[in-house]
Amino acid sequence: MTDPVLRLQDIVKTFPGVRALDGVSFSVMPGEVHALMGENGAGKSTLMKVLGGIYQPDGGDIYMGDWKVVMSGPLEAKAKGIVFIHQELSLAEELSVAENIYLGELPRKSFGRVDWGKLADKTNAILEKLNVGFDARTRVGDLSIANQQMVEIARALTVDAKAVIFDEPTASLTDAEKSVLFDVIADLKKDGVGIVYISHRMEEIFKITDRISILRDGQYQGTLATVETNEEAVTQLMIGRKLDLSRNASHHKLGDVALEVRGLSCGKLYRDVSFEVRRGEVVGFYGLVGAGRTEIAETLFGLRGPSAGQILLDGEEVSIASPAEAIARGISLVPEDRKGQGLILGMNCRDNMTLPQVDDLKAGPFVAEGAEVAIFDKYRDQLDIRTPNWKSRVGNLSGGNQQKIVIGKWLSMHPKVLIVDEPTRGIDVGSKSEIHKLLRELASQGYAVMVISSEMPEVLHVSDRIVAMYSGCIMRTFTSEEVTEDNLIQAISGLGGDRAA
Amino acid sequence: MQPGALSKALKSGAIWGFIVLELIFFSVAGEFLSLSDKAFMDFENMLLLLKQSAPIGIIAMGMTLVMVNGNIDLSVGATFAIAAIILLDSMTWPIFAGLGDWVIPVAWLLALMAGTLLGALNGLIVWKTGVDAFIVTLGSMLGFRGIVFMFNGENPTSHLNWTLVDFAEAEFLGLATASWFLLAVTLAVWFLMARTVHGRNAYAIGDNREAAVNAGIRVGPHMMINFAIIGFLAALSAVIFYSESGSVNPNDGQLYELWVITAVVLGGTKITGGAGNVIGTFGGVIAIQLLRKGLGHIGADTSTVNLVIGLILIAVLFLDRQLNVKGKEELKV
Repeated sequence: MTDPVLRLQDIVKTFPGVRALDGVSFSVMPGEVHALMGENGAGKSTLMKVLGGIYQPDGGDIYMGDWKVVMSGPLEAKAKGIVFIHQELSLAEELSVAENIYLGELPRKSFGRVDWGKLADKTNAILEKLNVGFDARTRVGDLSIANQQMVEIARALTVDAKAVIFDEPTASLTDAEKSVLFDVIADLKKDGVGIVYISHRMEEIFKITDRISILRDGQYQGTLATVETNEEAVTQLMIGRKLDLSRNASHHKLGDVALEVRGLSCGKLYRDVSFEVRRGEVVGFYGLVGAGRTEIAETLFGLRGPSAGQILLDGEEVSIASPAEAIARGISLVPEDRKGQGLILGMNCRDNMTLPQVDDLKAGPFVAEGAEVAIFDKYRDQLDIRTPNWKSRVGNLSGGNQQKIVIGKWLSMHPKVLIVDEPTRGIDVGSKSEIHKLLRELASQGYAVMVISSEMPEVLHVSDRIVAMYSGCIMRTFTSEEVTEDNLIQAISGLGGDRAA
Repeated sequence: MQPGALSKALKSGAIWGFIVLELIFFSVAGEFLSLSDKAFMDFENMLLLLKQSAPIGIIAMGMTLVMVNGNIDLSVGATFAIAAIILLDSMTWPIFAGLGDWVIPVAWLLALMAGTLLGALNGLIVWKTGVDAFIVTLGSMLGFRGIVFMFNGENPTSHLNWTLVDFAEAEFLGLATASWFLLAVTLAVWFLMARTVHGRNAYAIGDNREAAVNAGIRVGPHMMINFAIIGFLAALSAVIFYSESGSVNPNDGQLYELWVITAVVLGGTKITGGAGNVIGTFGGVIAIQLLRKGLGHIGADTSTVNLVIGLILIAVLFLDRQLNVKGKEELKV
């Protein structure tokens, strides 16, 4: 048996409060496509950052062939033939395709002049292999996202790669582009390159990979040969104990309509959207990325003005021009990007939680710290936020606890409507079911809850009704009795749904 | 110990450690190099140092607020000069001729109002246009300085009012008027930043503007208030200084913005906003003044002061970066 091109042995990496990797081992053989799977927060990206030299492991070793190596930084990883194709693109938009591909290694003539002819020739040779519809001189900023990704891949092909890591490469690709990508992967495989393929898409995993390794909560769960296993077994390893995802329609009586939206449109982002949310009800919004769900939430929260339509709160038409106004009217938003949009990472837990109402709590001109602590304590107990005390910096908490701080922030304002965008993104499995339970509880306490999620089990689990969106339109609204995985998928793919609410 | 507590303690204490180091260095070096036989750490000398720190120090308190808020103000030196001219010139205006010494509070008020308005104007432009504060105040720095030169050409503007000079040179409990103002401003801005809603929101906006907006905080008004405050403080600094000196050159206050920013940064305020406090800034102001005075004490050329302070600023920021590397990695999780 040949040696693996790349082997990670018992890697440990800890961050304050989190054991991100706990003795993880992983190897790639030459000419193998090895899938790395796990839920968000399972440790996949941390493992890859260790491999790329961005993080130094606290324990464990990395081997290439027989040699033990230390990755001191991204440049060294690249020099050793480890190439990353990231989900997020890192391209210089103002430069040409060729310049991006050979950035840092532009071919030179005398006096340091760039050899443009040679650069174009080399680049076009690679682009030809990738069978793309643009050439070396195209400005990268003018390309579609999918084509920009092809540029990233082309860049990887210039290096004498021993191992290529693809991180969710198909997230923004069309089917045709995907098959080009798979051809490229097949070519690399033929050349004896080891490939790590990170993806959530089971279909692709079973189509192109040879083995599948699974991580859960930073721990290695095992490696399976792709031909000998199936989706169910992989899922089982990914989520470990069986996640309670039973349907969960409300048994309590629903209240009045809290929020009603009629014919709401916003340019090309979404069109003619109508729905209602009752007190005590959780309405799930499901659809692909870009279907317009987050944009609707942003309109309701005053961040994005609508171009047409009405918003009614408790039966009364309102206009919402700013988040301040939305909050005053009782609409609150737990945003998709917790760290970027929801939290002040440098501030402590208490200050984050009371941020929207610190002005209402003041005593004279001064902040009423006692009242703030009381609010924090109340919601820490109610939501079971695990932190030593209110003085901890929010940036040091785990994702689940951070999310609870954001939720607590809004609950303490007693809103009418709570909009939660991707409630469990980047949160470990344990906290996930706690958040799900919490959302159900909030509904039973009489809040009107809108949940936007890209995870089907989550939507099915927490929602009383599900709004299926496709390309800016509501395709269909399901009650929890009608909905099945099949008809939901059809609706969000733009198939089969009759456009009736 | 909390993770990062050591580096945090090092950082917040660094400026005071640096001040102690300066005191020791200049005292020892002064024994050998100084031409005067007076000790450097002479009590009188230290009181004088506090007084001399006031012009930069008072503005630096406002700059701390503006920088924590995620902005910067380069126009403070020019605002300082405008306020000085208004103070001195207005006392000679015929309409105030009948007021006698009551012209003093009127002139003060006019100068302070002018500073506040100019600051508010900066804030309004930053708020309404969304242009970066660096660019807006770079423009107003040039513009305000232009107004100064338009007023009296290259000539100085002078007016001495002896009542005013007496007030400015007065001492109370051993401290000069300017020192009292510096301490009072430091205390007031500390209260504003640490205890009021406005201060809390300023930190939040500087740390993560988007999240602050999402919490319903109206970012623009807060920024405008902070610019008005720094304008007021630049004028206050001028009013105190020129009450005593009685004469302002059109070039006065030039490079003040850079001294002020240096003091604020030395005091541990993050250039990107969200972190910092006036206690650190106070340390930064004292450290710079000590360095200027100390280098003079040991007979160094005044021009070496700038070189030394420049080097120290870079060294301090480098140290800060090293101490922050661990903290940054934590945040990336």
